[in-house]
Order: sequence, then C-alpha cells, then structure tokens
Amino acid sequence: MSQEKTWKEISLAAVTSKSSVNFQTGDWKTYMPNLTCDKCTKCLTCAILCPEGAIRPNPETGQIEFNLNYCKGCGICANECPVKAINMKIPEGE
Amino acid sequence: MSTTTTTTPTQAEWKFTAKDIVAKPDLFLSGHRACAGCGPATVLRLIMKATRGPTIVTQATGCMEIVGSIYPYTSWALPWLHTAFENAAANASGIEAALKVMRKKGKIKNEHIDVIALAGDGGTYDIGLQALSGAVERGHDFLFILYDNEGYMNTGIQRSSSTPIGASTTTSPAGTAVPGKLEKKKPITEIMLAHDLEYVATATPYYWKDLVTKVRKGLEVEGPAFLHVFAPCPRGWRSEPSKTMEYSKLAVESCVFPIWEAVNGKRQLSTPSKVISLAPQKKKPVKDYLEGQGRFRHLFKPQNTHIVDEIQQATDKRWQKLLQQCELTNP
Amino acid sequence: MTQPQQQEQPKQKIVAMNGDEAIAYAVKQCDVDVVAAYPITPQTIIVEKFSEYVANGEVQTEYVCTESEHSAITACLAAGATGARTFTASASAGLALMHEILFVTAGARIPVVLAVANRALSSPINIHGDHSDSMAERDSGWIHIYAENAQEAYDSIIQAFKIAEDPTVSLPIFIGVDGFTISHTLERVDTLTDEVVQTFVGQRQYPTVTTHEGKTVPFKLDPANPMTMGPIALQNYYYEFKRQQEEAMKNAYKKIQQIHNEYAQISGRSYGNGLIDTYKLDDAEIAITVIGSTAGTLKDIVDQLRDEGIKAGILRIRTFRPFPAEEIQKALQNIKAVAVMDKSMSPGGLGSTLFSEIRNALYDQKQHPIIVNYIFGLGGRDSSPQDFRKIYADLCQIAKTGQAEKTITYFGLRE
Repeated sequence: MSQEKTWKEISLAAVTSKSSVNFQTGDWKTYMPNLTCDKCTKCLTCAILCPEGAIRPNPETGQIEFNLNYCKGCGICANECPVKAINMKIPEGE
Repeated sequence: MSTTTTTTPTQAEWKFTAKDIVAKPDLFLSGHRACAGCGPATVLRLIMKATRGPTIVTQATGCMEIVGSIYPYTSWALPWLHTAFENAAANASGIEAALKVMRKKGKIKNEHIDVIALAGDGGTYDIGLQALSGAVERGHDFLFILYDNEGYMNTGIQRSSSTPIGASTTTSPAGTAVPGKLEKKKPITEIMLAHDLEYVATATPYYWKDLVTKVRKGLEVEGPAFLHVFAPCPRGWRSEPSKTMEYSKLAVESCVFPIWEAVNGKRQLSTPSKVISLAPQKKKPVKDYLEGQGRFRHLFKPQNTHIVDEIQQATDKRWQKLLQQCELTNP
Repeated sequence: MTQPQQQEQPKQKIVAMNGDEAIAYAVKQCDVDVVAAYPITPQTIIVEKFSEYVANGEVQTEYVCTESEHSAITACLAAGATGARTFTASASAGLALMHEILFVTAGARIPVVLAVANRALSSPINIHGDHSDSMAERDSGWIHIYAENAQEAYDSIIQAFKIAEDPTVSLPIFIGVDGFTISHTLERVDTLTDEVVQTFVGQRQYPTVTTHEGKTVPFKLDPANPMTMGPIALQNYYYEFKRQQEEAMKNAYKKIQQIHNEYAQISGRSYGNGLIDTYKLDDAEIAITVIGSTAGTLKDIVDQLRDEGIKAGILRIRTFRPFPAEEIQKALQNIKAVAVMDKSMSPGGLGSTLFSEIRNALYDQKQHPIIVNYIFGLGGRDSSPQDFRKIYADLCQIAKTGQAEKTITYFGLRE
C-alpha cells in the first residue's frame, strides 16, 4: 500500500492515470507461440484475431512478431493459422 | 436528423484489408486483464478498428468493462464512460444529447462524434433491455453493440436469457433431474428489428472483415443501430482457449448463429451464411459445435442425447425461418 | 424578451407561480443544455412546463423524455460527463428508482441538479408530501437543500447550478420542495431577468484531472483529450475516492454560504446563512427544528406565542448535506427544549433521521437542550397551525420540568 498515492494526489472520480500497456500480462502464460518463418504467408490472421493485440508484423521485414509481454498463451494464433506456421510450446528453461 | 459534417471514410479505410486493420493502432489496448483466449477481447479490438473519427464509448458493467478499466489502468485510448449495468443505452442517450446541443450552442467543435454503447448479453437481453428500447425509440444517434457470451460470466457463469437451451451454468446447472437450461435463447435481434431500426446485424469475430464492416455501417447510420456479436467465452463455456475463434466459426457453419444484416428491415444473409444457404451440404451438424464445450458435455450422456436432437431440430427450424425472412424481404 | 438592467438594484418581475413552475422557470433561465426526465406526481408540472418552453423555442435545451427515472438520471450523468449543464426532477418512487445512479453520480462527481417534489414512498401508495423519499437518499453523496416556499425554490435552483458546478465542489445537488404544499400552491414569486441569472450562474466550470496520457485537462469526455471515467477501483483506491467526496462536501459547506450571499446581493433575498434559517431564535427558550414549508406555518404560531410572552423560536434546516453541525450547535446553545419535527420515519430507529442528526450534533456540547422528536405529516397528513401549538406547549412543559415524558411522538396519528 505504501507506494500507492494518497487521496490528495490522485485525480477526482477515479479518472485513470495509466495506460494498461504499462500492465504486462505476459507472465500469465503456460505456453508460448513459436513461428516457423518459412511456412508463414504473412496473411495476418493471427494478428487480427489475437485478443491481446500482441502480434504485429515487423515494420521493416513484415515478419510476424509476438509481444510476449502481453501474450497470455491462449493459442488462438496457432489454432487459426491457415498454414499451421505457429505451434505452442512450453518455454525453455521452465 | 443531425446537422453534422461527418468525416467520410476514405476508400482505403473502407476496404478493411488485413493490412489496414493491423496497421491501425489499437484503441482497446494491450494489458487488459481478460482471460486467455477471450472472445470478447478480440471483438472489442476489432470493433475499435472500425471507428472513423472522434468517438466516445460507453460500456455497461460486465467482464469486459472490468478487464479494461482496473484503476489506475485503462485499456481505452478514447473517451470512455461506465456508470452502471442496466443503462449503457441511457448513457449513450445522454452523451449524444449533450454533444448535439453543445455543438449547436458552439460550446464544442462543430465535428461529428460517434457514440458507441457496449454491453454484454446481461446488459442487453436482461437488465439493459428497457433502457435500450427507450433509447432506440427516441432515435438517438448511436451504435449499440452487444457482445454475446451467453451468460453472466463476470459474476461466475450464471444463466442469462441469452444462454442457449441445454447449457449448464451455475444457476442452470446440469443435475440428475434437470439437464441444464430449459428455456430458449431470447430472440434479441427480432426485438430490435421490431423497433424499426435502420440497421440491425449479427456478426462473429472469426469473420473479422464482416464484423468490422458491419460496425462501420452501424456507425454511418444517422440514428440508432444495433449489432449483435457472438463472442465465445472459454471460461464460461468450458472450452479450449485456443478454440475461441473456431467456435465462432462453427456457430455460423452449424447455423446456430447465422450472420446477416437488415438495412431498413430488409434482411440479407452475409457471405458465410449465404454460402450455406446455397450449398446446404456444407451445413454442419450442431453436434460439431456443441461437443467440445464443457457447458454441453452432459447432453452427450445417453439419457440426454434426445436434447441434442431437439437442439438440431430447433436450429433447423430457426434457419428455415431466417431463409424465408431473407427471401420474403429479398425477392 | 427582457430588458438589460442598468440599475444597481435590478427590477424584478412578479409572477404568480406554483413551486414546480418556479423551478421550471429558474431552469429555463439557467440555460441548461440537457434535461432528461420522467413524469411523476407531484413533480410533473416541472417537466410539463419545461416541455412547453422547448416546444415554443424559448430554450436551447435538448430535452430527453426517458422511459424511466433510472434512465433520466443516467442520461443526466452521461450528459454532464460530456460537459453539459444538466437538470432532472423526480419524487418518491421515481427518486427511489434513481437510487443506484444517485450514488454513481456523486462518486462520478458530475454536477447534476435535481428538483425533488417530496412525496411519500409506497407502500401503501400515496402521492402526497413527506420527506421519506429524499431522506432515504441521505448517504447518496448529494448536496441536499430544502426550500420553504416557491420563491425559495426559484432562488435555490439558480444557486444550485453555481454550487454544484464549482470546480472545488463538482457534486450533484438536489433542491427539495414539499409535494403539493409547495409544488402545487400558487404563490408570488419575484423573478430576476434572464441576463442577471445568466451572468450570476455563468458557464459551466470543470475541475481538471490528469489522464493516462499524462495531460492535465478539463474533466469531461472529449475526443481531443481521452479519459476513462467510471472505472473499477478496488481495495487499494476506492476509499481514497470516497475521502475526496467528503472533501468536496467540506468545500460545498463554504460555497453554499458564499453563493447564497452573492445571490442575496443581486436579489435582495436571503435564507439565514444558506445553511440554516432561524426565526426569533436568538433569545428563545424553546424551539422547533424542521425542514421545508412547515417552518412557514410555524412562524405564525411563534408570533402568537411571542405575543403571549412565550419565548419560542424556529430553526429551519435549509442545507441537510453537508450537515451544518456547527451552525446548529451555535443556534441551539441557549435553548432549553427543542422539538425536532421529522416528516419521515425510520421504522425501528431511535427517532427519525433529522432528529438523530440534530441530537448527534449536540452530543459533544457541554450544555445542550432536551431534545424530542415529533414525527408528522406522513403521506401528506395535515395538521392545523393550532395543532402545532401543542408542540410548543409540550416544550414549555419540558423546559419547566427539565424532563421529557417521551422522546418520540407520533404527531397527528390516531392512537
């Protein structure tokens, strides 16, 4: 509680002070997505259907990238990939 | 009805290609606390991809309201208001009325601002129905989007009037005497169509382009519009989180949740459902949709299999009725 | 429609209006942006009258005829969150239906102005005046002000917008008027010009907040400055926001008096200090404490008693929240016996609401009067002025003997 602010320090009516992009949900996951790059057609289905907005194409290469800070490991991307380029695996070393 | 100068969407935006959708920054932000594999989370992300300019969102109490606004964090990159459970449409009424009059008085910029009200099935079918009916009767310019996960998931999976027949929830549990929910799902879109709305449609996130396009169409209506989005909940449905989108596809393929739109009451099937109407052999049995979901597991016990048959018959009947409605209004 | 006023003491137009009409007229003059309401007796005249203003183009107000009081207060809250000046009116069951959103509005810090034509709560159903409806909202976080007559109702509505919208306050406020006794009774009301009212009330003000984007901006829904209003605050923060509401009430305590005094300057009318209003109380030995129109009736009785040499007085509580405890302590410090008249009931409680609060306020005083409770007027039960003399007679007896035979009296009830 000590790090939290007093009633004098916060805006009225609980107007939120932080964006949730500062709240990382990546540690919720058991499985993590793994992409087989040469299979990927860059169709973007995974990026569109991801509930977390955690999948984006690299702006330069167009290669799909997972933001593991938000990925909860649900596996929708792997399930929906039309060419089965994504598989879910337990992270190494865990 | 409004005297606004609306930003016309550019052709590029309107296409909603995969590239466009991915390139548009999220307005429902990462870091929300929905469960892994949450259907409604994808739905909200996609809805916000369809916005066309300044937009205010108001949301009924529910799981998706909670997961995106746990103080001090917010997942909403646009102005957002929550007040209570039963009144999302009344919130929209107040917002729209305020914008209209303040624009007229020169108190705010003379630009059109879209108003979106979001609610789950509880906040639409049940506790929110009166406010919704009132708001659309008054003709406020807003888009009401129902994300339907077929139960009160925020409070721990209780039945709503949207929960389908046979589903087991914590208030309609499958027991030895009662095999889950006994009552049919309330026909919410028929109720909204009866309000004579300019735009009523159904959508599912698997068919994302169809969903995003329908959101945009709903926003473009000057007056109230209603969009019913099917949104599987792996937690409440006891389904695999990875299969959320698959169920939102199977629901369409089995005609459990056909997708269509009605413009000025003229109903038309959307492509995925239209394909099935043209090639009935593609229609999947409801069994395919039901069997992987824990909420329907009890239906596959020998003593309950007749319920699966009944669901199949009821689904077929509704589908036939829908085909007639489309043909009748669309010769 | 009105002449700009050049004089220092602006001329006022005398109009015969009932309390509801006076409220509607004041709302019209305050240039309200959004009115959302649902009809209910005895408030209905307010919304009917206001609808006429809308129909005749006399106001630039978006009038939303909602399908329930729940949606009416919600629409006001949401419109207020969007930056609009908003007003609604209700009573009895309507106010009870608003209950949930009354708390939300206060917590959301939206300065909605609400007129309550006080009426009994069911069951049995009864359309007449008592204070059960608004007393049930004691803890809703709203500012509660009660008028004594139609004139004060008019004056209080104008003050209400300025109090509620003050950035240090930013709280919703209701003005209570006794159902039928004030709401439906034709009285003389002196009215200010539109210009004077609008200059006094001014444009809506906004407190500033710091958003998730790190911007410090006016507190309203604005696509240029996105903010999240109405999130969930859990164990770690909920309490802090409740404490902020308490602080806003403390600010309101000052602002109510200040704005009341400023209004007195432009209108020539004042009601005590805006918090409490007294009548012949300074040298009084016995007093009645009451809310609303009953104080007017009691004045005649007090005059009669004074003629008879009895030192009687009246303490009228105008502002019930924030509760003017210090003012009450001072006002009653030399009184020997006080009767608190409650036009509501708290079944199973130790007397009714006002009584409990007044007695609580005096507990810490070294010297305090004997205090008794008279519950009266429920469901519009009428008492004649002469009946009220009986209460003063009881107080004389209590003051003389130094003790009260009973603490709670059901006044006007057939026992």
